[in-house]
Amino acid sequence: MIFSKKKNVEALEETSIINKEIEGLSQGQIVRRRFFRHKGAMISIIFLASIIVFVYSSLKMKIFSFTYPGWWKYTIEDLPPLELGACKDGLVGCPTLSLRPEFLGGNGISLGEHPFGQDDIGRDYFALVMRGAQRSLMVTFVIGFIGGTIGTVVGAISGFYRGIVDSVLMRFTDFIITIPTIIIGSVIGFHFGNLGVGFLAFYLGLFAWTGLSRLVRGEFLTLREREFVDAARVAGATNRRIIFKHILPNAVGIIIVSVTLLMSGAILLETALSYLGFGVVSPDVSLGSLISQYQESFTTRPWLFWYPGLFIISIALSINFIGDGLRDAFDPRQRRRITKKDRERAVRLKREAAQK
Amino acid sequence: MSDPILKVKDFCVDFWVDGTWYPAAIEMNFELKPGEVLAIVGESGSGKSTTALGLMSLLASNARTSGSVKVKDVEMLEASPSVLRKSRGREVAYIFQEPMTALNPVYTIGFQIVETLRNHFDIGPKEAHERAVELIRMVDIPDPEKSINKYPHQLSGGQRQRAMIAQALACDPGLLVADEPTTALDVTVQAEILDLMRGLKDKLNSAILLITHDMGVVADMADEILVMKDGVTVEHGSADQIFNRPQHPYTKELLGSVPKLGSSVKRVLEITDKEPVLKIENVTIEYPKRGRIPAFVAVKNFNLEIFRGEIVGLVGESGSGKTTVGRASIGLLPIKEGKIELVGKDISHATQKELFSIRRHTGIVFQDPASSLNPRLPIGESIGEPIFLAGLAKGSDLAHKVEDLLDQVELPRSYRNRYPHELSGGQRQRVGIARALALTPDLLIADEPTSALDVSVQARFLDLLQELQGKLNFACLFISHDLAVVDILAHRIAVMQDGKLVEVGDRDQILQNADNAYTRRLIAAVPVPDPAEQRIRREARLAAKN
Repeated sequence: MIFSKKKNVEALEETSIINKEIEGLSQGQIVRRRFFRHKGAMISIIFLASIIVFVYSSLKMKIFSFTYPGWWKYTIEDLPPLELGACKDGLVGCPTLSLRPEFLGGNGISLGEHPFGQDDIGRDYFALVMRGAQRSLMVTFVIGFIGGTIGTVVGAISGFYRGIVDSVLMRFTDFIITIPTIIIGSVIGFHFGNLGVGFLAFYLGLFAWTGLSRLVRGEFLTLREREFVDAARVAGATNRRIIFKHILPNAVGIIIVSVTLLMSGAILLETALSYLGFGVVSPDVSLGSLISQYQESFTTRPWLFWYPGLFIISIALSINFIGDGLRDAFDPRQRRRITKKDRERAVRLKREAAQK
Repeated sequence: MSDPILKVKDFCVDFWVDGTWYPAAIEMNFELKPGEVLAIVGESGSGKSTTALGLMSLLASNARTSGSVKVKDVEMLEASPSVLRKSRGREVAYIFQEPMTALNPVYTIGFQIVETLRNHFDIGPKEAHERAVELIRMVDIPDPEKSINKYPHQLSGGQRQRAMIAQALACDPGLLVADEPTTALDVTVQAEILDLMRGLKDKLNSAILLITHDMGVVADMADEILVMKDGVTVEHGSADQIFNRPQHPYTKELLGSVPKLGSSVKRVLEITDKEPVLKIENVTIEYPKRGRIPAFVAVKNFNLEIFRGEIVGLVGESGSGKTTVGRASIGLLPIKEGKIELVGKDISHATQKELFSIRRHTGIVFQDPASSLNPRLPIGESIGEPIFLAGLAKGSDLAHKVEDLLDQVELPRSYRNRYPHELSGGQRQRVGIARALALTPDLLIADEPTSALDVSVQARFLDLLQELQGKLNFACLFISHDLAVVDILAHRIAVMQDGKLVEVGDRDQILQNADNAYTRRLIAAVPVPDPAEQRIRREARLAAKN
């Protein structure tokens, strides 16, 4: 009796495993599953999320009437006296951050008064970098989102409908391409610079979609001729469904690669504009403006370079990694890479089977 | 007897994939004398093309070869790259399957032939040009002086294949390797190319190694046959032996699954309905003018009716407009004149919205299953889409319906989460059918559904289609270039040529006593897997020509 019961349980487990295998999954579910399995992308997404939380929670912020205190003691407006810190050779405002523990011959792990040092007039450099990172992150995402959306939609529509729609949209794109971004940025920065960096990013996004739309259009032109589009039409799909459900997922690789490049490029664009004096207007700062501001002190006070640079690299890299993971997740041909361990296991199993 | 030009002994090819050697060809042994034709036959994946490419070390870098391949007593497997380069083209020339991809599209065919000539012989450009013209004349391309300056896209499929042959013959090779030389061509053109190859072989006394899956072609050409399965030679013998006294069960199966004209039983269909499911009346379809390319009339004054439960085969050569008719009859293409009625509703002037509701009564199976399934969509979703969009079922209801459909086409339910590329060609085509049948249509359009499949897979597929049609009793327009396939399925046959309906009638009437000369020519060109029969036909063809 007991025996048969056990057998029943086993059989039940077996069927549930089989059921799990044949359970219908939608495209979205499969993509999500594959994305979560991509280690690099998951690490990057966690890393990027913690950078965002860290950066935005650090400084005092005014949101309408409510004031968020922030966990860092200085803001970019504070002007503490210049301190000697750990400086040598007659420098002032060196970073006080110490990461080497005492048992390795260091000063122990401590932040000190100004972990990233101070700038020329004594402003806390940690606060400046945080503020800069906030600005740069915002610019990156706003440009990426607006440029990506407009580029994809314009490219998809002109590639799908072709004919006169295509001609009009592409000539408009040509027109936008001929205007140099730097000039647009300068004009916007000059006239609306006082409205804040968000406004600037929004306008830059309106001009940054051209390359993407060309790529998406080309992809759509080839994909719309494939038979699965006709098959979908026979199945009763509307044009909208064909564009978004059938063609767009097939073009997603090119879109993601292009948008992640656009986002990393946005940081540099903002840097260039700030360098020319049209981007982020002083006393506000961005990572780009920090670097260009202190470009001459590289040999004497390199930390003024290191910290903003470190943040630029981390943000750009993790965005690229996430993009890579998304692209892989959408690509049905991408298989999980066979590792050395898998190979060894296969060999072992084969040997065991041979022994039997 | 002369010495063999090619000697292959214990020839093996392995591929390095994911950490193990996978054998693709195992211990091949054969010899080939001048003037002989050896055919290697097998289904896709049996290793026949691998063997052919491996002979001259043309394989990808993850391949390993062993054994011995001697061309005119020179060992090829251990030859240095420069020796190999000299022999390729000079001693051994290749003809590939798809002439459009094997010829370089940005050079004229003359340029490509001259290039081959000047690579191997020390001759001047003028001399090479003269020789190229001579070669083009030899392969019967019309107007050689002009044709030599044409680009591949300016030639028809058959002419392109002729140009490829001219290039291959440029250096009078002793051995010609023809890898599926006629698979991409129409039957009538195929017959011409085979005649040409046979004539040239006799004239130049070269040997031909023919790689093909088409038993009819083999019967037409081969002196000796080698049957391969999964990399192993299962049978080797003369053409007469293989066709008339096959020993190995696989050879028998292969021969058995080749559809033969007039071999299937007569089926009688009583048409009870008065109203046809599909009614095409005087339809003209035109591809509009684009830029400088003038408008092209693809179908002219076409009439056809299909009733419930009936399968109508639509045959014709490529470019005859059969696919255009198929697409127009479910409203995928606009028609210029005439009227198409589907289940009693006029679709020629229907709005988008009306078309949606009419299309629910139709299904279509496309030619290339690789292209007709969305590569990013798991097949379960592809199959369920028509049901979902028609608003008939959702969630778990939909899942059950998809399972039923998968059962119907004999695919395991667990396949629903697979992507199309994880399935074989035959399985993909089953998915195509399941999707087409999802809404239990009144009309199924099958557009060359078997042309991408192997014969044995094709046989199973046709069985399945026939069984489903018997069960669900839909009307079916079966488009194909292969008369033998249409013969198995169709109740009636319609023949098209250059956009016009040439003849339409009962299957037996068309196949046995066709009125039209074109239909008769089409029937005569279908290769039969029987060497004796092929010889008779060939002689008849030659007599007709002279």
